[in-house]
Amino acid sequence: MSTTTVSQLDKVKDGPWSGGKSPWNLEYGKIMMWFFLVSDAFTFSAFLIYYGAQKFAQPTWIDADKIFQSIPGIAESGQPLVFVGIMTFILIMSSVTMVLAVDAGHRNRKDEVVKWMLWTILGGLAFVGCQAIEWTHLHHQGFWFGRNPATGLEGDAVAEALAPYFTKDISYTAALQFSNLFFTITGFHGFHVSIGILLNVIVLSMTLNNTFERRGTYLMVEKVGLYWHFVDLVWVFVFTFFYLI
Amino acid sequence: MSNHHENIATAHDHHDHGGMDKKGIWRVFFILLALTALEFLIALGFVHHWGILQKGILVNVIYIALTLVKAFYIVAYFMHLKFEKSGFIVCVSIGFIFIVYFIVLMLIEGDYLLYHLQEHPLFPNN
Repeated sequence: MSTTTVSQLDKVKDGPWSGGKSPWNLEYGKIMMWFFLVSDAFTFSAFLIYYGAQKFAQPTWIDADKIFQSIPGIAESGQPLVFVGIMTFILIMSSVTMVLAVDAGHRNRKDEVVKWMLWTILGGLAFVGCQAIEWTHLHHQGFWFGRNPATGLEGDAVAEALAPYFTKDISYTAALQFSNLFFTITGFHGFHVSIGILLNVIVLSMTLNNTFERRGTYLMVEKVGLYWHFVDLVWVFVFTFFYLI
Repeated sequence: MSNHHENIATAHDHHDHGGMDKKGIWRVFFILLALTALEFLIALGFVHHWGILQKGILVNVIYIALTLVKAFYIVAYFMHLKFEKSGFIVCVSIGFIFIVYFIVLMLIEGDYLLYHLQEHPLFPNN
């Protein structure tokens, strides 16, 4: 009788949360990276939700097809979405090379990790470069933090300066809010991409220094990989809310 | 500490890589690419060039749905969340209930401002 009771008690203590083992089976740093990304997702959500609230509060809004319609070096106007399509493709591609680097890390293949990390960094640099071109283009048109093409103008000149960017009614406030939020949100995202490139370079140099080979695990590649995919994830939402809707 | 690392690393190899070998990675890539291409087809083709669909609530719902599907694939497969313990999945995703609530709140607020601030021209809207 007593022996069966004891064995039942032992069985109860066998679960993942009974101590003695890692219940999530994840390394500490990886869990912390996840929690950081959750908090960062809240920040980006707040930005994008504010953008939505502003859009709802204004009777009219900038037409994305009209403001983003150039391909640098190819077409000055008339090509909506093409350039941002290239940017989106670059970022998805660099996300794939990052997973391939993580996969190579699982197999402890240093040469492959180096190769895929290099491609990822290259993709990140290309994306930030494209964003710099996009910012420059809009800045030349007169958009900037706290400024739109009609800033400083008076009378009919205001509507005239803003007319190319609206399909329906023209609103100075809407153009201003669009300008502020576009530069804030894509700027915050571009800042994340830049930090991601920096982290990737650090992890690449650690790989080249055989740091992970000595440790016996390429977990650090997975951790910066999580961050890199998160940046891609945010872009998916920024792309939808700024360029499509 | 290093012992702990090894435990995790070896335990990882046992139930890891559920469908995420090289073939799986490229499969997810092509799904993401196809969904993005579909968004471009709708935005450039149906709305911009052919004028079959109008900008409005319908296409916006389609875009958001496609975006959420893309987000699922990135988080589940690229960020590997689908293959983690269910307790961890719940832990990182449950907070987003508040984000849904926040979206509803802020859009109602924006809509209120549209109808009530415009009546009183506090801001130069034109």
